[in-house]
Amino acid sequence: MDKHIHVPNPAAPEPFEASRLTGDATAEDLDSIRRRTSVYVYEAPVRVWHWLNAAMITILIVTGYFIGSPLPSMQIDEAYNQFVMGYIRFGHFAAAQVLTVIFFGRIYWAFVGNHHARQRFYVPVWRARWWRELFHELKWYSFLESTPKKYVGHNPLAQLAMFFFMTIGLTFMLITGWALYAEGAGQGSLPDTAMGWVLGLVQNSQRLHTLHHLGMWAIIIFMIIHIYAAIREDIMSRQSMVSTMISGHRTFKDDRVE
Amino acid sequence: MPAIETFYDVMRRQGITRRSFMKYCSLTAAALGLGPAYVPKIAEAMETKPRTPVIWVHGLECTCCSESFIRSAHPLAKDVVLSMISLDYDDTLMAAAGEAAEAALQDTIDKYKGNYILAVEGNPPLNEDGMFCIVGGKPFVEQLRHAAEHAKAIISWGACASYGCVQAAAPNPTRATPVHKVITDKPIIKVPGCPPIAEVMTGVITYMLTFDRMPELDRQGRPAMFYSQRIHDKCYRRPHFDAGQFVEHWDDENARKGYCLYKMGCKGPTTYNACSTVRWNDGVSFPIQSGHGCIGCSEDGFWDQGSFYDRLTNIKQFGIEANADVIGGTTAAVVGAGVAAHAAISALKRAQKKNEEA
Repeated sequence: MDKHIHVPNPAAPEPFEASRLTGDATAEDLDSIRRRTSVYVYEAPVRVWHWLNAAMITILIVTGYFIGSPLPSMQIDEAYNQFVMGYIRFGHFAAAQVLTVIFFGRIYWAFVGNHHARQRFYVPVWRARWWRELFHELKWYSFLESTPKKYVGHNPLAQLAMFFFMTIGLTFMLITGWALYAEGAGQGSLPDTAMGWVLGLVQNSQRLHTLHHLGMWAIIIFMIIHIYAAIREDIMSRQSMVSTMISGHRTFKDDRVE
Repeated sequence: MPAIETFYDVMRRQGITRRSFMKYCSLTAAALGLGPAYVPKIAEAMETKPRTPVIWVHGLECTCCSESFIRSAHPLAKDVVLSMISLDYDDTLMAAAGEAAEAALQDTIDKYKGNYILAVEGNPPLNEDGMFCIVGGKPFVEQLRHAAEHAKAIISWGACASYGCVQAAAPNPTRATPVHKVITDKPIIKVPGCPPIAEVMTGVITYMLTFDRMPELDRQGRPAMFYSQRIHDKCYRRPHFDAGQFVEHWDDENARKGYCLYKMGCKGPTTYNACSTVRWNDGVSFPIQSGHGCIGCSEDGFWDQGSFYDRLTNIKQFGIEANADVIGGTTAAVVGAGVAAHAAISALKRAQKKNEEA
């Protein structure tokens, strides 16, 4: 037996497979490896969607902001040779169209994917356990609870945020955004046929613009909280966070129950 | 001669030559977006059909719709349509006054029951039983309901009748209410604008005479031929918008060059009207061409969309002068600060715990 492989408990029949492959493991490392487990939680389409979605939202926020408050006037060439605002708007529309397609793709995956692919599309308010754990999570974030619980998917608080910002919020942005796009596409066009009714509902296009603009800030606020919470949980919780959205595997840092 | 004069009869009586009559017909066909084949159709309708009686009533308004109407670019439109109206009922333009005028209204209603068009300029205030607008000793809303009862169709002239305009601006003390929220059982054509373009007004009436039906309406009940595109979509300054060339301050070099007025709060991108194509005063100009942004006067609630000079709308619900960026930016800053504080406390707590464990 390789002398590097340390068997802390001689009574144990066999070291874990994983510990055999780690050549530089110390005794503590091996103990640790034995306690840690991983679950494959985010399938590839979910991960691809997540990062594409993040990239599109970033493009949409930057271009969208500059559509509302354009860059300082530029005098590169005559107007017919210059297309600054045009390209910004093109970027916004193109990213929005990609976002729309992958949003529908993500909904499709909720049906065919694993259990965790469905989690962000609903809030299980009918489950007492969900409420208990929501309050537990709130206490954890208010520093009133010293240990967080372990979750394979989203914790209840995260599920709530995902549902309101990324399911309801994105739907709101897609509806208002396509309604605005329909204005430029013209009456009778496909976007107008599909989404023109929204303007009829809001009546004034200026109001529609304002709603869409406020939606952008809601998503920015979500991004701040989401990125902070993901990094904080990665450091402080009992499970992996950031790498899970890259590899798909959730690893746990201890073998205690819950 | 038919019992009711035709438009053509009226025109000829007014000394208008057949040649200018035909010119009027082709101009109107063009304005309505119809091909040359429709010119004789319009001419025929004008020559043979009894002219459509119109009752024109005035609620809370400033008469700018009438002012616009009588300045219709083509003199014929003014002469014809105006004579038509003064023959029936329009308390601003008719010669009769007082009881004679009220009798004329009743006569017209009785004579043309179910056949006349009711044109409404302004809107009825509903608070205090409509006492904020009295016509002939009665609240205007009563006159409106009475005249609407037997009307074939209703035209809501201008932003007042269509959406409420300034008298309906928040907090709307008199509860000025657009026509379609008071009369709900008649077909209503909204012709918004403050005022609407004269050619749009005459065009709508001519269309209804020629084809015996309402023009095609968009989702908001406006004639699609004039209100289906935004000012921005046909603006001659649009290339500067796409290029990203904007007027940054009034009277700057860019303003002199005629750049886009987007940053000066132009509401062209959110306003449906025909100003950038039909233009005003015989096609002379329109606000943007004169160097001032569009104020969005043909849009619902345009007085409540904040300053005419801001691109981003003020959101009054927040009680302060704030637009989406101020509200969103402030909230994001507060959340950001909260996150930073939370991170700091988290780090301290963690350090504390480690010390305790050690």
